[in-house]
Amino acid sequence: MENKNVIQVKNLTKKFNDFTAVNSISFEVKTGEIFGFLGANGAGKTTAMKMLIGISTPTSGSAQVAGFDVFTNPEDIKKNIGYMSQKFALYDDLTVKENITFFGGIYGLSRKEIEEKRNLLIEELGLQEIVNELVGSLPLGWKQKISFSVALLHNPKIVFLDEPTGGVDPITRRQFWEMIYKTANNGTTVFVTTHYMDEAEYCDRVSIMVDGKIEALNTPKKLKEQFKVESMNDVFLKLARC
Amino acid sequence: MTTKNMKRFKGFIKKEFYHIFRDKRSLFILFGMPIAQIMLFGFAITNEINNVDIAVLDHSKDVTTQEIINKIASSKYFSIKQLIKNEAEIEAVFKKGKVKAVLIFEKDFSKNLTKENNATIQIITDATDPNTANTISNYTNSILQKYQQEINKNIKTPYQIIPKTRMVYNPELKSVFMFVPGVMTIILMLVSAMMTSISITREKELGTMEILLVSPLKPFQVIVGKVIPYVFLSIINAIIIVLLSIFIFNMPVQGSLLLLGVESILFIITALSLGILISTISATQQTAMMISLMGLMLPTILLSGFIFPIASMPLPLQIISNIIPAKWFVIILKGIMLKGVGLSFIWKETMILVVMSLFFISLSIKKYKIRLE
Repeated sequence: MENKNVIQVKNLTKKFNDFTAVNSISFEVKTGEIFGFLGANGAGKTTAMKMLIGISTPTSGSAQVAGFDVFTNPEDIKKNIGYMSQKFALYDDLTVKENITFFGGIYGLSRKEIEEKRNLLIEELGLQEIVNELVGSLPLGWKQKISFSVALLHNPKIVFLDEPTGGVDPITRRQFWEMIYKTANNGTTVFVTTHYMDEAEYCDRVSIMVDGKIEALNTPKKLKEQFKVESMNDVFLKLARC
Repeated sequence: MTTKNMKRFKGFIKKEFYHIFRDKRSLFILFGMPIAQIMLFGFAITNEINNVDIAVLDHSKDVTTQEIINKIASSKYFSIKQLIKNEAEIEAVFKKGKVKAVLIFEKDFSKNLTKENNATIQIITDATDPNTANTISNYTNSILQKYQQEINKNIKTPYQIIPKTRMVYNPELKSVFMFVPGVMTIILMLVSAMMTSISITREKELGTMEILLVSPLKPFQVIVGKVIPYVFLSIINAIIIVLLSIFIFNMPVQGSLLLLGVESILFIITALSLGILISTISATQQTAMMISLMGLMLPTILLSGFIFPIASMPLPLQIISNIIPAKWFVIILKGIMLKGVGLSFIWKETMILVVMSLFFISLSIKKYKIRLE
């Protein structure tokens, strides 16, 4: 199991009329890996990710996610992945408890499973005080943690995080990355896009997209050696400039 | 649908009801509006006149004028507020706004009538409100005509044409009868089209739509799940409106209640499909609301023929009114409620609504697919 690729992408391309948003990208993600998916705004990260999570059909190429083909079995992919958007989208007018119940429900968990999961989450995140509060009244950091936990409710094989730390303070970001490590240690693959280059250093491997192509893919350490720079930030700047 | 799917669906609908019941504004639009509208149209906004205050200037003060004044005073339409003494006062009472009309009997009214077969009454109405002025003058005329017929009973005048008008379907010309179908149309349009388009675009704006699309729920399940609560609420609203009009305004429902229900559900579906279409083309709640208000509510109110008769509109507007679903529903409602007709008389309008719904639904599916690509 260790070496099995949970995501396998070959020459994946997405065109919108004349514009090629994703230009023949290829990569693999191993089970249990934290895979950083970097790129400037408009580089094609989001489009690529949408194809992998089964809500956008590629123009050409091939991709298997969690063992299913994105062309033929997008519905099976959806059952096996979790997704958290940059908006930490939860329902503001529902309580924490109601949100957990709702999202557990749409992933087809039974009432008993939802209750067990919910109690576990309340315990782990220390939600006792706020479990009956409306989500809208909570600080962003809480929303982020709950949103992440909700994405993991159905024990997905892979969890896709789209800029999961936007707008939260450094301490909360740090705590959040601890949650990510814990998740990866439990065997769930983490596929994460981010703007923060210090976060790129936390990833096992990192890919950097420029203008629809993957220009670099390796461990942060090797990337820094390859470009002969001190930090991931410099790697990114070097790539983005040329 | 499998039981697992059913369960997901039930959770979804429950969540939708949480949204509705926790938002004071939607609650007000859903339940306050229909009641407020029907009351407003039923009691306040009315074309009939009741106890209109008038003044009388009687220059002759004889038996005949007294009889006429009594007749007018005893009708429920007018109450005589003031007896004035000379022409100069007319302007004054109008300016004070105390009366809507002044009746002036010429000098020697009775004498002129018997001797010369000819006497004059002048009716001056305050035409700042032209509709009321018109109605007042019509009502006074008809009272005078009746009186004339009474006194002429014994005299044989050859060659007389007496038109006998009979107003059918709404003999008392109650305007509430005319407004109920209109209000019902507006409310169902508002709840079904505007509320659904807003609630769907809200999910888009919040980013939860994306989460739902990544979940194993199918896109059509998401849409149907969002729409079902509004179908329920719309039906409840239709029932409230019909009950109010029956029990408070004594409006009869001549036709079949079952047919009324089925046609209402059809119109709800038409409006919902419009709402879904609007939500596919707008990115924010604001846009959805603007499009619903300008694109749906205004034409529904102005061009459905419920306030302004379509037949008296300029030709281009008459043509445009044909694409307003509300126009057809108002015809259906009036047919069932006032005329008591069955499906055989309104099948054409029903078909038009069916075709419109199918058109809007297929258009939304197409738009939706393009957006997902």
